[in-house]
Amino acid sequence: MSSADITSERDLPPESEASAKGDIAPERDGPRDTGLDDASLHRWLARTWRTPRGIIGALSSVDHKVIARRYLITAFLFLCLGGLNAVVMRIQLSGPQRGLIGPDLYNQLFTMHGVTMMFLFAVPIVQATGIYLVPLMVGTRNIAFPRLNAFSYWVYVSGGLFAWVSFALSMAPDVGWFAYVPLSGPEYAPGKRADVWAQMITYTEVSSLAVAVATIVTVFKQRAPGMSLDKIPLYVWALLVTSFVVVFAMPAVMITSTFLILDRLVGTHIFNPAEGGDALLFQHLFWFFGHPEVYIIFLPATGMVSAIIPAFARRPMFGHLGLVLSLIAVGFLSFGLWVHHMFATGLPKLGASFFTASSMMIAIPNGVQIFCWLATLWDSRPVIRTPLLFVFGFFFIFVIGGLTGVMLASVPLDLQVHDTYFVVAHFHYVLIGGSVFPLLGAAYFWFPKITGRMMSERLGRWHFWLAMVGFNAAFFPMHIVGLWGMPRRVYTYPAELGWGNINFFISAGAVLFFLSFVLFAFNLVHSALRGAPTGDNPWDAGTLEWATSSPPPSYNFARIPIVTNVEPLWAEREALPVATGLRVDVRELVVSTVAEAHPDIREKSATPSIWPLLAAIAVGATFLYSIFTPWAIVWGAAPIAVTLIGWFWPKGDPEDEG
Amino acid sequence: MNQRPAMDLSGLPTFGHGPRSPTWWGTLGFMALEGTGFALAAGAYLYLATLWPNWRLSAPQPNHWPGTIVTLLLIASLVPNHILNGYAKQCAIGPVRIGMVVMSLLGIAPLVVRWFEFPALNIYWDTNAYGSMLWVLLGLHTTHLITDVGDTIVLTVLMFTHHGYSGRRFGDVGDNVFYWDFVVLTWIPIYLLIYWLPRLG
Amino acid sequence: MNRFAPIALVATIALFLQGCAGWQSALDPKGPAASELAWLIWFFTGLCAAVWVLVMIALALPLMMRPRARVEPLVIDADADNRKLRVVLTAVGLTVVILVGLTLLSFFANRTLAAIGSHAALTIRVTGHQWWWEVRYEDATPSHILTTANEIHIPAGEPVRLLLTSTDVIHSFWVPSLSGKLDLIPGRMNVLDIKADKPGVYRGQCAEFCGAQHANMGTFIIAEPREKFDAWWNDQLEPAAAPMSDEAKTGENLFLKRPCVMCHKIGGTPAGGTVAPDLTHIASRQTLAAGTLTMSRGNLAAWIADPQGVKPGSHMPVVDLNGDELNAIVAYLEGLK
Repeated sequence: MSSADITSERDLPPESEASAKGDIAPERDGPRDTGLDDASLHRWLARTWRTPRGIIGALSSVDHKVIARRYLITAFLFLCLGGLNAVVMRIQLSGPQRGLIGPDLYNQLFTMHGVTMMFLFAVPIVQATGIYLVPLMVGTRNIAFPRLNAFSYWVYVSGGLFAWVSFALSMAPDVGWFAYVPLSGPEYAPGKRADVWAQMITYTEVSSLAVAVATIVTVFKQRAPGMSLDKIPLYVWALLVTSFVVVFAMPAVMITSTFLILDRLVGTHIFNPAEGGDALLFQHLFWFFGHPEVYIIFLPATGMVSAIIPAFARRPMFGHLGLVLSLIAVGFLSFGLWVHHMFATGLPKLGASFFTASSMMIAIPNGVQIFCWLATLWDSRPVIRTPLLFVFGFFFIFVIGGLTGVMLASVPLDLQVHDTYFVVAHFHYVLIGGSVFPLLGAAYFWFPKITGRMMSERLGRWHFWLAMVGFNAAFFPMHIVGLWGMPRRVYTYPAELGWGNINFFISAGAVLFFLSFVLFAFNLVHSALRGAPTGDNPWDAGTLEWATSSPPPSYNFARIPIVTNVEPLWAEREALPVATGLRVDVRELVVSTVAEAHPDIREKSATPSIWPLLAAIAVGATFLYSIFTPWAIVWGAAPIAVTLIGWFWPKGDPEDEG
Repeated sequence: MNQRPAMDLSGLPTFGHGPRSPTWWGTLGFMALEGTGFALAAGAYLYLATLWPNWRLSAPQPNHWPGTIVTLLLIASLVPNHILNGYAKQCAIGPVRIGMVVMSLLGIAPLVVRWFEFPALNIYWDTNAYGSMLWVLLGLHTTHLITDVGDTIVLTVLMFTHHGYSGRRFGDVGDNVFYWDFVVLTWIPIYLLIYWLPRLG
Repeated sequence: MNRFAPIALVATIALFLQGCAGWQSALDPKGPAASELAWLIWFFTGLCAAVWVLVMIALALPLMMRPRARVEPLVIDADADNRKLRVVLTAVGLTVVILVGLTLLSFFANRTLAAIGSHAALTIRVTGHQWWWEVRYEDATPSHILTTANEIHIPAGEPVRLLLTSTDVIHSFWVPSLSGKLDLIPGRMNVLDIKADKPGVYRGQCAEFCGAQHANMGTFIIAEPREKFDAWWNDQLEPAAAPMSDEAKTGENLFLKRPCVMCHKIGGTPAGGTVAPDLTHIASRQTLAAGTLTMSRGNLAAWIADPQGVKPGSHMPVVDLNGDELNAIVAYLEGLK
C-alpha cells in the first residue's frame, strides 16, 4: 500500500532515482474509515482531531470552530466596549454645552468607537462567522492553513489589546478612524496617539488578510466531492467574494498606515505638500480601502440573509445565479467608488461626476439581491422566528441606508450633507441595518449549531423590538439634525442652534439600543446554560453544516459528504451519500478540484501547535516597539524568524510529512 | 443523519504539485495581496510624479548601475529556478538539494548588490517626497527579497535533513520556485520606476 | 410591519417643525445655491421614500397572504417562478431608470451651481487655522486689501468668490443656508462661489474634523446692502481707534508689552503678529473665538483670563495678568470698533 501511494501519483519520481537513493520516505499507511463501525470511527477521529488538554493545549488549538468561538466572543466584547463609547458620547451630546467630557477625551472616544467597530468588531466578526461556518458548509474537516488561522486570532487580540490599553493610558488615537493628514502627521499630532492608530491598523489587517487567504483556499480546494461551483451555498459565495475584496483592499490601508508612520517616525515627506508630497494622496489611499471595507462588512451579511431566508421560506433561493453574479459585481464595483468620500475636497467636476455614476451603479446589483430575497419570500407565509424577524429588520433599515447612499452619491447633494449627522445616520443604517441585524439573525439561527441549545424565542422577540425601536429612535433623527447643519465629530454645540431637543431624543434612543444588546447578551448566556437542547437540524435547513451534530465534533464530519444539490440535505432526505477511504489515525481531509470539486488528493491537515501563538507574540511585540523606533523591525526580525521556523519545521508527525 | 457510502477515496494520492495543492493557492493569495501593495505604492509614486510638474524636485539622477546589476542577476536566476522546479516535480532529492543551494546563493547575491543601491539613489528619504518614495519602493522590495531568501535558506537546510525526502517538501520547493518568480517579476516595474522614470523628466 | 412607525412619524414631524427655524440649515436656503440644493434634497427624499414604501409593501405581501407554509422545499412551481422573474426584471429595469435619472439630475444641478459665481466681482481669501478663519479681501489696490477674522461681510444679492486654503490641517467651509461645503487643504486652493439673496446673518462652521476645537470653529456670513458693505470695508481699512480712557491707554501699553503682540496684529500699533486673528477692529465683530462667545466685556475678560477653560486645547496661551491689568486690556480691546 505504501508504495502504491507514490506510484499512483501522476508525477512519479524516476525509478532509478528513488530506488538508487533508497531514502524515499514512503507514507506509512494507517487504518482507514472504510468499513469501520460508527463507534470506532468516532473514537479514532476524536482522538486524532482533538485539541490537546491543558492550557498549552488550548493555546495550541488549530480547530477552526475553537478559533472561531474565541473570535466571536472577543469581537462581541469589543462591540460592547465600542457601544459603551457611543453611550458616553451620546450623554455628552444629549444637550447643548454639556460639560461631562472635554474635547480631548471626546476625540479619543469617537476615534476609538470608529476604530473598534470597524477593525475590532465588524470585520473580525464577519470573518469569524466564516471561519466557523465555511468549513462546515463546504463539508471539510478544518479550514485551510489552520495554524495561520490560529495566528490571525492571536494577532487580532494583540491589536485590540494594544488599542484599548492605549486608551486606558489616555494614549488612544484622537484623529478619527480615518486619521487624515496633516492632522495625524508629525507636525499636528505630537506624541504617540496617531502611531497607535497606524500600528493598530497593521495588526488587524495582517489578521484579516491571513483569514481571507485561508477562506479562499478552503472554498477553492476543500469543497466536498460534488460541490461544483453551481452548488456552492450563497453564504460561502459571499465569504469568498468578501475574502477577495479583503485581499485587494486591505493592502491599501496597510500602505497608508505605513506611509504615515514613516512620515511620523523617520521623517519622510510622502504626505507633506511643502516637500513634494500631498495630503490628498492619503485620502485616496485610505478610501481605496475604506469603501470596499463597507462591502467587506456588508457582503457576508447578505450571505447570512441568503442562508436564513430559504430555511424559513421553505424553498431554495429564487435567482441563485443572479445572487452570485450580484455578489461578484458588488465586489468589483466596490473598488470604483472611493472618490465619493472626497467630493468636498474640490476634485475636478468631470471626475466627480464619473464617481457619481459608478456609485449609483452599485445600487443595481444590490437591488437585484433585495428583489431576489423578496421574491423568495413570496411563495407563502414564511415561518416567522427570531432569525427571520431580524432579516425583516434588515430590510426595513438597510433599504433606507441604501437609498440615502444614493443621495450621497450625487455630488451637489453630498456637498450639503457630507461630514454631517446625515452621513452618520446613513452609514449606521447601512452598517447596523445591513450587517449587525443579519448578524443578530445569524446568531439566533446558528446558535443551536454552535452550542447544541436553542436561544430563547421569547427573549429574542423582545430583543428584536427593543433593537428596532432603539435603533430607529437613535439614528433616524440624525438625518434631520444633519440637514439642520450639525457637523460630525463635534464634542458640543451652541444652544442657540436649536439642536438640543432632537439630540436628547437621539441619546435616549441610543441608550435603548444599547439595552437591547444587554438583553441579547443575557439571552446568549442564559440559553447557552439553560436553553432547550436541540438536534442536528432544528430549522430543517438544507446546507451541510446541519448534517453533523450540534455542536459539531472536532472532525466536523465522520465521513465526508457528497453533494448533489445546492441544498444537499433537502435533496437527500433518506440518507446522505458520503465518501470513504480516508485515514483515521492522522488528520486527513479531501482536496478537490477548483471548478468541479472532483476529489483529488488526501491532504494532511496541520496538527495543534503553540508556535502560531509565539509567532504572534513576536510579531505583536515588534509592531508595538516600532512606534518608538524604526530599529524595532531589525530587532524584531530575529524572534519572528525563530518562531516562524519553529512553526514550519516538521516535528515528525505524519501530518508534517504528507 | 443517515449516511450511505457512495464513493471510495482510498486510491487518492497524498500530495500534488502546483495548482493541485492548496499551498500553491495560498502562495498565490499572498502574491495577490503583496502585488496589490506594490501596485499601490507604485501608484502613489506616479500620483506624486504627475502632481508636481518639476518632479524629481531638482534632485540629482540616480545611478542606475547597481540596480541594473540586480536586475540582470534576478533575471539570470530564473533559469536555475525553473530547472530546480523540474527536479522537484520528479521528486529527485539529489538535484533538488543542489538546486536549493544554488538558489540560496542566487538570492544572497542580489541582496549584496542591493546594499550599494541605496547610496546610488543619490538622495535621502528625508530630503523630499521624491526621495521618500524611492526609498519606500526600494525598501519594500528589499524586505520582500530578504524574507524570501530567508525562507529559501531554511528550506534548503530542511532538504538536507531526513525530513527532506517527502512529497510535501517537494511541493514546498515548487512553491518556493513559484514565489521567487514573483519576487523577480515585481522588481522589473519598480526598477523602471526608480531608475528610468526620473530620466524622462 | 413596524407597529411603532406612526408614533415615530408623528414625533419626527413634531421635532422637525420645531427646529426648522434654524439659521444654519440646509433646509432653510437663503441663496441660489442652497435653494437648488434644498430642492434636490427634497426631490431625492421624496423619490427614495416612495421606493422604500414599495419595497416594504413587497416585504409585507407574504405576511398578508395566508396560504399554509410550504412542506417540500424542493418542489418549485416553475410557472410561479417565471412570473417572479418578470417582476424582478421589471424592478431591476425601474431601478436602472431611476438611477440614470438621478445621475443626470445631479449632473445638471452641478452645472447650475457652477454658473452661480461666474460673474463674481469680489474675491475673498479664506484661510483655515486651528481654530479660526482668516479672511482677506483681495483688491487690485494694495492699500485696499483688508484682513479680518471669522466674520465675512458680503454684499447681498451679488455673487462672491471665496478662495479656500489652509496653513495647518484640513478644514471645511460650510454655511449651509447659502451653499454646500468645500475643504480648505494645505498646499491647495479651492474655489467656492456664494451668493446671499437678502441681507442677513448666516452661520456656518468647520465641517472637517480638525482637532481639539473642531466643534468651536464657527463663522458668520453677514450679507448687507452694497452701500453698507462698502462703508464697512472703508471703516475696516482704518487703523485701530486710539484708546479714549486712561484705563484703555494702560491696556494698550500692556497689550504691547505682553506676549499678545507675538501673535496678534492691531493696525496702527507695533503689534504685528500674524498667527492669530487680526484685532484691529475686534470690537466691531459679533462674536469672539470663532463664534464661541458673543462679544461683550465679560466674555472678552473670560476669554483672555482663561482661554483653556473657554476653548480647551486652543492655541491661545494664558497670559499672566492681575485683575486690573485684565480690565485695562479689555477696556482697550472694547474700544477697537
